[in-house]
Amino acid sequence: MWVQAEVFLQTLVAGILLGGLYALIGIGMTLILGVMKIINLTHGQLMMVAMYIAFWLFTLFGIDPYVSLLIAPPLMFAFGMLIQKALVNPVLRVESILPHNQVILTVGIGLVLQNVATILFTSDYRSTPVDYASTAFYLSDLWAGTPVEISLSLPWAVSFLLSVVITVLLWFFLAHTDTGKSIRATAQDKDAALIMGVNVGLMRVITFGLGSALVACAGCLFIPIYYLFPALGSQFTLIAFVITILGGLGSTLGAILGGLILGVFESMTATYVGMGWAPVGRFVIFVAALVFLPGGVASLLKTRKLSK
Amino acid sequence: MKNNLVPLVVLAVLAGLPLLGLNSYVMHILILSIMWTLAGMAWNLLGGYCGQVSFGHAAFFGMGAYSAGLIHLHLGLSPWWGFLVSLPLVALVALAMGSVVLRLRGPYFVLATLAIGEVLRITCENLTDFTKGTLGIMITRTWVEKTQYYYIILGLALLGFMVCRAIVHSRWGYYFVAIREDQDAAESMGIDTTRYKTIALTVSAMLTGLAGAFYTNYMGYIDPGVVFSLGEISILIIMVVMVGGVATQWGPALGAGIMVILAEYIRSLPLIGVAYQTMFGVLLIVIIIYLPNGLVGDWPVLRRKLLRRGATA
Repeated sequence: MWVQAEVFLQTLVAGILLGGLYALIGIGMTLILGVMKIINLTHGQLMMVAMYIAFWLFTLFGIDPYVSLLIAPPLMFAFGMLIQKALVNPVLRVESILPHNQVILTVGIGLVLQNVATILFTSDYRSTPVDYASTAFYLSDLWAGTPVEISLSLPWAVSFLLSVVITVLLWFFLAHTDTGKSIRATAQDKDAALIMGVNVGLMRVITFGLGSALVACAGCLFIPIYYLFPALGSQFTLIAFVITILGGLGSTLGAILGGLILGVFESMTATYVGMGWAPVGRFVIFVAALVFLPGGVASLLKTRKLSK
Repeated sequence: MKNNLVPLVVLAVLAGLPLLGLNSYVMHILILSIMWTLAGMAWNLLGGYCGQVSFGHAAFFGMGAYSAGLIHLHLGLSPWWGFLVSLPLVALVALAMGSVVLRLRGPYFVLATLAIGEVLRITCENLTDFTKGTLGIMITRTWVEKTQYYYIILGLALLGFMVCRAIVHSRWGYYFVAIREDQDAAESMGIDTTRYKTIALTVSAMLTGLAGAFYTNYMGYIDPGVVFSLGEISILIIMVVMVGGVATQWGPALGAGIMVILAEYIRSLPLIGVAYQTMFGVLLIVIIIYLPNGLVGDWPVLRRKLLRRGATA
């Protein structure tokens, strides 16, 4: 009985920690989706690039992945702005039959990034062997007589806390700065924002940069606890959009909740069904969200507010 | 009758090609080109005419391929029966998927197609008892010669061509284009958009499944990483259509020929060979920015540009 409770609680804790990181990935995607109205299918690949930056900084200069948080995200911010300016904007101006050309474009960019990474860094699995990787806290250290033993890995806990800090900073930026407000205005109604004097073109560029920087943060937080290989990107792109659907398109708060739900659900699938099945669990959640809750968690929050 | 002349001439030329005694490498290229033409035409019906972009046609391709492989593995039937088995199977999955996802507007369909391809790949990799997992399935090929395969895929492609042509010129085809251009307007005209989008998806999926079943018979070996691959199948099908021409009759055929030859050529280059996906990605980006409707679709624009350049020079 206690053993089962222990497994369950441990899985729950692992899921919440994972969910915090997922939320960060999801927020970046949902921001871009909100402002650009396109799905960025190269999101995971951007994270992969950031992870390689963090990896090489660690391997060559011994810079701790958490310190890379100050280096990789600004670089990816610039890279994201470049993608938007040089590639996405020209496509927005082109007349074409298919409405989804920008989405196909992001797939093309992802393909290039992944293939270039494979050529430059080979498809070997890599990781940053930080010396605190296996440090962990135990519940029994705090409470000697505890009936269930739960462990908390130090890098996981640090990554989770940092992702919470970054999310709070982002919330502050979006809610209380002029640029943040302009971004939200653009997402809400591009034409109205334009009339109000918001530089919509600039906001798009900044948003793509911001989304890339956020997923770069997630990359830096992931690398001490995860491994890295060039094809990792597509997997995280899938995760990002499942979170986005689950949370509700374009909703930041929804993305946070969606990330947590997905993290816990995946962790449960891995424990109770089998490691390899976690991606299928992801799909089940995705379909369930589409069938029962197409507006995502955000639509639930909205109806709550209205009924009050 | 004039409308039917061009396809008949093309068919006659293609049917006559093996009589020239081409070597087996050229035959291989031709067979692959025709196979991708079939898949491209199928994608074009859904993506080009109906405007529903799918990033997961590898799912249907892989299902077709695995139907052929699995009936051979478990029932000992000839993998050629895979064509018959794949049709209802693929149709069922497409119908189920359509009824869930196509009710919704926006990016849901794109995302769902992307997900289904990946999920089927992972399922196939995990169900090791049933599908042999990543080991893949090996079958004995029926013929060593390529000629028979050539005529079979040519027949299938002809079937696909006629189905697509018949649908595009029928009431359904006009519904599809109406849905692509403006869903609200289509709906207000009384078109059941969900239903017709689902029809487009199902027909498209079934034709892609046939290409997949042929792939198993022709290649003799399949594994989940290849037949459900996002980069090698789903994206390649999109590229075939994008390069050739979206919503055009001959676009997929042209695109398939170009892509297969290009892939073979780039892969044979000593240093650049590994970077062929980069080349594909760059090509895709260039096509989207400069020729968003493909070579056939943008041919008038292209010709005008070339002529103008010729005139000034």
